[in-house]
Amino acid sequence: MDDFWAMGGYAAYVWSSYGIAAVVLLGNIFGPLIAHRRIARRIKNEEFDD
Amino acid sequence: MVWLHRFGSLPYFYRVSRPIAWVLAVPGVLLAAYGIYGGLVEAPVDYQQGDAFRILYIHVPSAWLSLFGYTSMAVAGFVALVWRLKLAEIFIVAAAPVGASFTFLALVTGSIWGKPMWGTWWVWDARLTSELILLFLYLGVIALHNAIESPRTAARACALLAVVGVINVPIIHYSVEWWNTLHQGPTVTRFGRPAMEMDMLVPLLCAALGFTLIFGWLTLWGMRTQLLWRERRSRWVKRLFSDG
Repeated sequence: MDDFWAMGGYAAYVWSSYGIAAVVLLGNIFGPLIAHRRIARRIKNEEFDD
Repeated sequence: MVWLHRFGSLPYFYRVSRPIAWVLAVPGVLLAAYGIYGGLVEAPVDYQQGDAFRILYIHVPSAWLSLFGYTSMAVAGFVALVWRLKLAEIFIVAAAPVGASFTFLALVTGSIWGKPMWGTWWVWDARLTSELILLFLYLGVIALHNAIESPRTAARACALLAVVGVINVPIIHYSVEWWNTLHQGPTVTRFGRPAMEMDMLVPLLCAALGFTLIFGWLTLWGMRTQLLWRERRSRWVKRLFSDG
């Protein structure tokens, strides 16, 4: 298991790549969900700024 | 052709896009997870690059998606300019941030991979430079959409930029053949046998397919949001929120 995390000495490069990928993916999933909720609420309350 | 006509109907699209999003999301996430697991755990160590090559399983699907995403936006842009299809306009706006984030990911993971393999984070070679231009094209579409007040004018400007900018896609793809610099040549998409062992290749293809489905899911979800906002004064949207 330690071997796996060590990635043959390239741990910092491999895991930082996958870490950033996880952040980008999660941002892509939760960003639109939050945006959808916010827009739905604005329409419901008829909060149009124009 | 009846279904195509119905799909152009905005309330119908809003209704059916929800289950379709799930149909894309579930296999997309499973395939991507399997591909990354296979790449990190099951694929054998590369004889030249050691374990550093495992960055491939995030880098290549992201890079593939950056090209696929922009090409799909260009097709939608063409449809939007010629037939004025509202859904095509909305597709461009929804796909741009997703495509931009995966282009960013391709650049960053490539840079992290480049440090141990090439000895540098960045070189101004043809592949890296043209991929960076792709990121700016995506950001340009987003900025254009935010800058123009009228939704129809904004959509036409974005469609035009998507169509014109697609010239960069073949340049990125062939850059490693036309200019031979640090970035390696094509491994998967060359004719004949791919230059990769099957137990390295299969997880990569799964991850790439999974990423593509995830792109479809996220873009569809973004389209639903855009559609609601653009149609906020229409009767069908008001009816959606009238009871409860």
